[in-house]
Amino acid sequence: MFDARPQHNDQHREYLRHRAQQFRRQVERRLDGSLTEEEFRPLRLMNGVYLQLHSYMYRVAIPYGAFTPDQLRMLGHVADRWDRGYGHFTTRTNIQFHWHKLVDIPDSMEALNSVGIHSIQTSGNTIRNINADAFAGAAADELEDPRPWAELVRRWSTDHAEFQFLPRKFKISVSAGKQDRSAVSAYDIGLRIVEQDGVRGFQVWVGGGLGRTPHLGQVVREFLPQADLLPYLEAILAVYNLTGRRDNKWKARIKITVAERGLEVMRADIEEEFLRRRQQFSGLDQEILNGLRAQFAPPEFLDAPVEGYEAARAANGAFRSWTDTNLHPHRIPGYASAIITLKGPGETPGDMSADQMRLVADLAERLAHGDIRVNHDQNLVLPHVRKADLTEIYAALREAGLATANAGKITDIIACPGMDYCTLATARSIPIAKDIAAHFRARGLEDEIGEMKIRISGCINACGHHHLGHIGILGLDRAGVENYQITLGGDGYETPTLGQRAGAGFPAEEVVPAINRLVDAYLELRESPQERFIDAYRRLGVAPFKAALYPADA
Amino acid sequence: MSKGFTPSPATPAVITANDLRQGHCVWMRDGDWTADPREAELFEDEAIAELALLDAIAQASVVVGPYLAEARRGPDGCPEPTHFREAFRRRGPSNYFHGKQAEFAQTELEASNV
Repeated sequence: MFDARPQHNDQHREYLRHRAQQFRRQVERRLDGSLTEEEFRPLRLMNGVYLQLHSYMYRVAIPYGAFTPDQLRMLGHVADRWDRGYGHFTTRTNIQFHWHKLVDIPDSMEALNSVGIHSIQTSGNTIRNINADAFAGAAADELEDPRPWAELVRRWSTDHAEFQFLPRKFKISVSAGKQDRSAVSAYDIGLRIVEQDGVRGFQVWVGGGLGRTPHLGQVVREFLPQADLLPYLEAILAVYNLTGRRDNKWKARIKITVAERGLEVMRADIEEEFLRRRQQFSGLDQEILNGLRAQFAPPEFLDAPVEGYEAARAANGAFRSWTDTNLHPHRIPGYASAIITLKGPGETPGDMSADQMRLVADLAERLAHGDIRVNHDQNLVLPHVRKADLTEIYAALREAGLATANAGKITDIIACPGMDYCTLATARSIPIAKDIAAHFRARGLEDEIGEMKIRISGCINACGHHHLGHIGILGLDRAGVENYQITLGGDGYETPTLGQRAGAGFPAEEVVPAINRLVDAYLELRESPQERFIDAYRRLGVAPFKAALYPADA
Repeated sequence: MSKGFTPSPATPAVITANDLRQGHCVWMRDGDWTADPREAELFEDEAIAELALLDAIAQASVVVGPYLAEARRGPDGCPEPTHFREAFRRRGPSNYFHGKQAEFAQTELEASNV
């Protein structure tokens, strides 16, 4: 059986046991009054425990989005035993439980630790969960599997003494396909595996980030030899640690450091620091990496005839639609990666019930080489599926309400929890997402519209990545009323672009009609059904879409 | 929502927080805490509200993050929120029947079965 958690060896188990014991004692000391809330708060945040609107929220990391059937089953168990029967997957491939009690979290933590899952560094001003392409190890266009690198970075960054008190949080993503699928331009550091004269290396991006002041990352190193990755990362972090602003929380991210100091100044400092840091690396990191590569070896792919699959596609229109929409090309003939969207009719984006978790775990174990991923779009992925097994998988998913054929479509909306849960939010995201999805389902336009990325955030912190949406929606509080600003033309992948604000915001009840006018304008203006909304927007500019949004001003 | 306003007869306030151990929302009443927002004490005097808030802050082993939330007296005499954020806190999320709305339903069910 393929093991997607090579980090969970005896040493790791002991480390997690120690951390959980430490947190249990910290909770006890908070409850008996030995620790004040001010003293306890950073300690709970270091372990992913937030106090939200209705309860404590427990954020658990899924490093590079990869997990195993037993891990997913355990997430389901935690949802049932200590929460309210579901979990919420985020854009940074964490899972959040919104209804934990503080007194229960040490037990929940130990249960998760038993299968190698933890919540260390899922909050705080430190290096957060490492992200990567959800199709890693499977994608047809991949140069090499990015997971060994992501795991190496995870090990290096976990409990790294120098980087536990950074000016602000720090997020890293690794991508290895010809097409970026992990939004490297939106991260503090984005890493793209590239090839130059037959040699593998990294193109290093720095200074990306969304939030109230969005910035796209810039390339700080066009080509970094692979062996130099950790010293170079360490150099970037060290320079940021020294020069990042600590006087203003809103200006403390590295995106602001790069913007204020300039890329060239940052690059010079990083290169100088890199020369020093490189001498401190003995080569142990490369030994570890070689071990990881062996552990991330691909599964034993089976002979995979596709005749039955093609016959099923011909015979079953719903199945054909799902395979047309929810499959991603695999590098092995006869295989595919299957996207399980968590965006079914009436569902909350990113939410998954404990029963659904157990079902997907069983399917992955039986029919998908025991490998499960969660992606940047709040959907799950079975990266290695024989096409011959897709009919059985589809039938089981359909039974569980998980076979919605909408990956990348207008109903596949990213939404943060918003003010339904989040104490930072200024408006709700979930009802808006559900209303938009329901409206376009009712109109039967999903396939007609084609690829459309709608992203909704409930506040300027942009957890819903609205800046990167073809259509972005930002929920605000305007004089005590929920109000929604619309941005257009964002893209996190092929042509990194921040969406542009279209104009005045809309009250909640006017958002769906506004999006409807926008979509109708697109359908009318596009040159052909092959021209996506984002293509039409780039060709025509904002004017016709602004006119559709604000007909009274036109 | 303003946390820095001055309670007065024109803009009364409640004091609300989260329960330390369980996390759920609670409201101050006679120096103690209730999980039912309808039972919250309504403060119309700035000095009394400030003293009560100091008392709430001192109860750090019971609650987390107490603050003044603007409210008004409803038709039934109970405090009502003036801002949607506080309305969500006292009701629960809009996507599931969880939070206070579920707790109240359970309480009413139990009361009807007495």
